[in-house]
Amino acid sequence: MIYLTLLWTFFKIGAFTFGGGYAMLPLIQAEVAAHNWMSGAELVNFVAVSESTPGPFAVNIATYVGAETGGIVGAVCATAGVVLPSFIIILIVAKFFDKFKNSRTVSGCMSGLRPAVVGLIASAVISVGQTVFLPWNGLAAFLASGGIFGFSLLLVFKKLHPIIVIVISGVLGIALGYAGVF
Amino acid sequence: MQFKTLSRLFFTFMKIGAFTFGGGYAMIPLIQREIAERRGWITDEDILDIFAIAESTPGPIAINAATFVGRRVCGLAGAFLATLGVVLPSFVIISLIAFVLRQFQDIQAVRWAFSGIRAGVLALIVKALVSMYRQCPKSGLSYAVMALALIAVAFLGINVLLVIALCAAAGLAVTLISERRGGA
Repeated sequence: MIYLTLLWTFFKIGAFTFGGGYAMLPLIQAEVAAHNWMSGAELVNFVAVSESTPGPFAVNIATYVGAETGGIVGAVCATAGVVLPSFIIILIVAKFFDKFKNSRTVSGCMSGLRPAVVGLIASAVISVGQTVFLPWNGLAAFLASGGIFGFSLLLVFKKLHPIIVIVISGVLGIALGYAGVF
Repeated sequence: MQFKTLSRLFFTFMKIGAFTFGGGYAMIPLIQREIAERRGWITDEDILDIFAIAESTPGPIAINAATFVGRRVCGLAGAFLATLGVVLPSFVIISLIAFVLRQFQDIQAVRWAFSGIRAGVLALIVKALVSMYRQCPKSGLSYAVMALALIAVAFLGINVLLVIALCAAAGLAVTLISERRGGA
């Protein structure tokens, strides 16, 4: 039963992922919360794990949630679920490639989907911001999170690789933890 | 001959899957080198087409590209093996990580590290927001869709799938209506 749930849930996620990784965070968050698979903070932790390992986020999170909830069979079901929609759709589209490329229906839908992706990522910023700043552990922890966020933002816009940003923010977290801030 | 091509497809995409950190556009140069230059399976022009399709179909680009190239080279079997190949490395790595991550997260130093890392991840997502905003064509429609999608998902808790479907429908409706007006 859990296998079917995993397959279906990640099939939905795979079928509605546009604009890559972060745009689907709100959807994944809603699904993993509804099934009690992961807390909000664990999901954000996993974003960092996924950035530091190969493979698309959608596939990584599917494999991880599947393995956690249903062992190796669960991992296979969830991963198959997330991959199947694009697999099927590409097989169909490849056949009618020229029609698809010039289709006004497709470009019309895309003119709504592109800004939707922006709105969804903005929504991810808000919910991830809540997991960073809202669990109130005192002013020092709040300021420390703000400091790490600001510094990371600087590094990110200096075009440092995401893995380096993750390592630096992790090291800062440990240092501040030992200093008694977190 | 067929078998040789199939196994080549599988291993080439396994290599691509193993080296695309963060996914997405980071893999374009790798695909170009492995699939177009080295194997000659597709042309550079095909690559542009593949990414155009990947953009307007759901799913991670890596999967879309693997399925497309696999089918082009070796039909359905090729599509299947290329897709399997591209997924396999992350599948194995994440399955191994899943065994240890929970216990690992209970270590105090790791918890502190993740407290910092979550703030770092927030910065990565803000960067993604800025670059997606810059790429998005600007119009009255797109500002309205951005704002409504944000409000619907973040503040009203409306089902994300519904929001995505409605945004696509709104884009389609506005495009068709303005075309009809332009044509009349």
